[in-house]
Amino acid sequence: MTRVAIVVFPGSNCEHDAALAMREFGVESSFVFHTATDLDGADAVILPGGFAHGDYLRPGALARFSPVMEPVARLAAEGGAVLGICNGFQVLTEAGLLPGALQKNRGLTFVSEPTTVVVASTRSVLTRGAAPGQELVIPINHFSGAYTCDDDVYHQLVENDQIVLRYRDNPNGSRDDVAGISNVAGNVVGLMPHPERALSALLGSADGRVLLEGFVDALVRA
Amino acid sequence: MNYPVVVEVNLRPGIADPEGATIERALPALGFTGVSAVRAGKSFRLLIDAPDEAAALEHARALADRLLSNPVIEVATVRVSPS
Repeated sequence: MTRVAIVVFPGSNCEHDAALAMREFGVESSFVFHTATDLDGADAVILPGGFAHGDYLRPGALARFSPVMEPVARLAAEGGAVLGICNGFQVLTEAGLLPGALQKNRGLTFVSEPTTVVVASTRSVLTRGAAPGQELVIPINHFSGAYTCDDDVYHQLVENDQIVLRYRDNPNGSRDDVAGISNVAGNVVGLMPHPERALSALLGSADGRVLLEGFVDALVRA
Repeated sequence: MNYPVVVEVNLRPGIADPEGATIERALPALGFTGVSAVRAGKSFRLLIDAPDEAAALEHARALADRLLSNPVIEVATVRVSPS
């Protein structure tokens, strides 16, 4: 049985990396097109990186209205694990499944480099296997990754322990160095860095493993 | 009747505007001095079929808030444009 649905929007380009990562940890996954009205019985969903609908208007603005977002929202409400990576994070904020927004990077620079993130909370489905304060080297690759929210939302994030990862050296102007957040329950997570591209020391870093292994563990035990 | 409507989307005051800031920094280099508080935004032109102007604007308001802008960081204004 399929366990993880990987949503493919027109313009997604990291879906195969996500599928490889799931295979690496022994979990079945299948691609679900953005027009689908169900998730093929999946227990969890990954919204991968890329440029959904060309990022026209704003990243995630059009993807939010894709039919597949309805079953994604249902799964999220039922407590299923939902992971948005990079463009997937942008889609989750536009869809209102995560608070705040991702703005153009400070200085209008496209950033594409390995970056060090610090685990801020281990409550989320992504960070449950990591240690608080643990530093991980994970690649980033984005133009609109500056996390932005108003003061009320920010205080809620802090109070509810929803800030999941912070950059050690802020690369994009994100508020309070935020690299990833979760919803209050911790089952919906969005992050700009790409843990699925950090699975092998030979290819630069294996630090994404602790995150995705934790994510997969959460599914197996669920 | 079709009403020509302009929707303007701008970043909320207080939200960093890297595009505006970059334009502002570029201006003096081209000899344009004395320009400050540059903010970049978007404008959309639409024809809206509605019974009257108020209905056209209400329709524009709804679609501007739902799709054309992200209310978390942006503010949309709508107006009927003469052209």
